Amino acid sequence: MTEPSESTRALRVYLVDDHAMFRAGVRAELGAYVDVVGEASTVAQAVAEIAAKQPDVVLLDVHMPDGGGRAVLEALRRTQPEVKFLALSVSDAAEDVIGLIRAGARGYVTKTISPEQLADAVRRVADGDAVFSPRLAGFVLDAFAARPDVPVTDPELDLLTNREREVLRLLARGYAYKEIAKELYISIKTVETHVSNVLRKLQVSNRYELSRWAADRRLV
Amino acid sequence: MKTDSGPEPLVKVPPPPRRLYRDPSNRIVAGVAAGIAAHLGLRTAYVRVGFIVLLAANGLGALLYAAFWAVLPTQAPAVPRRRVPFLQRAALFALAVGVIILRVQLGGFGDDLSLIALLALVAFGAGVIWHQADPGRRRRSAASSDVPSPAPAPVAVAVAAPSVPVSAPEAVPAAAAAAASAAQARTAEVESLGDRRWFPVRMIGGGLLVVVGIIGILGFLAPMGPNGFGATLTGLLFGLLALAGLVLALAPLFYRVFGQLREERVARIREQERAEVAAVVHDQVLHTLALIQRNAGDTTSVVRLARGQERTLRNWLYKPATSPTERFSAALEQAAAEVEDTYGISVETVVVGDAATDDRVAALVAATREALVNAARHAKVGTVSLYAEAEDEKLSVFVRDRGAGFDLSGVDDDRHGVRGSIIARMRRHGGQAEVRSTPGEGTEVALTLPHSGRDSS
Repeated sequence: MTEPSESTRALRVYLVDDHAMFRAGVRAELGAYVDVVGEASTVAQAVAEIAAKQPDVVLLDVHMPDGGGRAVLEALRRTQPEVKFLALSVSDAAEDVIGLIRAGARGYVTKTISPEQLADAVRRVADGDAVFSPRLAGFVLDAFAARPDVPVTDPELDLLTNREREVLRLLARGYAYKEIAKELYISIKTVETHVSNVLRKLQVSNRYELSRWAADRRLV
Repeated sequence: MKTDSGPEPLVKVPPPPRRLYRDPSNRIVAGVAAGIAAHLGLRTAYVRVGFIVLLAANGLGALLYAAFWAVLPTQAPAVPRRRVPFLQRAALFALAVGVIILRVQLGGFGDDLSLIALLALVAFGAGVIWHQADPGRRRRSAASSDVPSPAPAPVAVAVAAPSVPVSAPEAVPAAAAAAASAAQARTAEVESLGDRRWFPVRMIGGGLLVVVGIIGILGFLAPMGPNGFGATLTGLLFGLLALAGLVLALAPLFYRVFGQLREERVARIREQERAEVAAVVHDQVLHTLALIQRNAGDTTSVVRLARGQERTLRNWLYKPATSPTERFSAALEQAAAEVEDTYGISVETVVVGDAATDDRVAALVAATREALVNAARHAKVGTVSLYAEAEDEKLSVFVRDRGAGFDLSGVDDDRHGVRGSIIARMRRHGGQAEVRSTPGEGTEVALTLPHSGRDSS
């Protein structure tokens, strides 16, 4: 995930986080790669400004006092289909992460990510691809694992293909897309397609009650 | 959660006076006879026969039984319910039928029988209501939420352990245990809520039985005839009116008292949770922050302290309480934590699925730890990825770094770490180890162990 930027136009990025210190840090780090067009500390402010400014990518904090990233997503997803959302969080709780993905975020990364990787993730999301952190890949593998007690209603949506599973495993092992492509003898574009498909399944599949799954593991 | 609750278990509590209980675990009807027998040290069958024989005295046995049932509390069942042998049941039933037939043959029951039946009805109705407010029942559901009562041990440990070393691994299970006991308390709350749903039914049903019984007794005792009964009814009406007035006068008082009790309960639960959080924040987070300030010049130890504290907090917030000696995932996380603490790196741990541990799994964890240590020592990078998956027939572990890497053919036999601790160890336990490394790009160690039976719990 560390290829150099080759975009002709700087991506317009909007920050939503209730910690001013963190926003300042991200702004400083990302400034070299993208154009940070604005930032918000509350859900209401974010919803209003994102609709007005039409950024390419919104970096969204999971936990905020008045509803968090989920509230922003739910308010904007219908009206602003062009805006892509990338969740950025310190939380490792499956419920938070998968909840945001299901609400429409195109990816999830932790706040400890390096600036280059974050810029790369932003680019990827802007291109319509998905971004999975190793931990998210692990969650997805766990959630879609063959389990006798969960009925499969729609195999198209409720199961991962072997290839998708392999890609996720490599992601969870810390491989970059380029390395996955090399390992599996496929193109980077194919890797991206697999990850996007997994993201779609994660968003649409009703295979398991996500909340129940998280509660079972006491990850709430 | 009070810190001074530690020494409590040491205080010797005098044994409580022996009390008479019902014993529902050994019952035919409601366990009254069994309870009395246990209290008196008699055989249960004798007491049961006694009750049946007393039936002959105008049904006195039934009245006594109902009265005992109404007033005796139950003890928290220590043993699962025993089945009373069928033979004994049949014999007792036959005896009861025999007693009744004999009594009828000898001249039938007198008018007293109706009176006794009505008294039994009142006792039964009262019992239904009283058992609802049974302190034993409430104590049982409240026991786990009341901290100073029966379970201070894990809580005391949770308070004590983290205060010793800042990021000691044992702090994690202790805090998790505290979280588990809190969760238990919440479950108990839910159960008692479910119990509460029957509250109105029991109150109204029991009340109806009592009222019907009392009216019946009045009707029975009042001189028969149009006048007498009418007078009784009028009296009853006045009585009811007086009662209604009293209820009206006292209702606000009762309401306030109930409200206060509820508020107090909520406040206590809140205080308990606050204390739990405060214990973690105070004993660990503040301590770590102090250490970070003192070591501000030393980047490695600052990173190590921050990372260790982050891990502890995460565990406390999100992780299920599993023991590293029992579960594969917990063991791996512990190994990763130790390596993080020792070498000041961060290990990105992702575990999919879980399995119980045995000797071979323990060997896999040990090999993983060795691979992590190698990466921490030689790769010269800040982050190592650890991925493990428990599948139906095998466990796999991958340790990957993007560090210096090395030329595999150049590794001598004296590099005990890789050859002995990883490859040979895995072979010994029927598994495999594969090391891939490219100088300048990093190293990946893949470990697999055939295994039977995944469980995802």
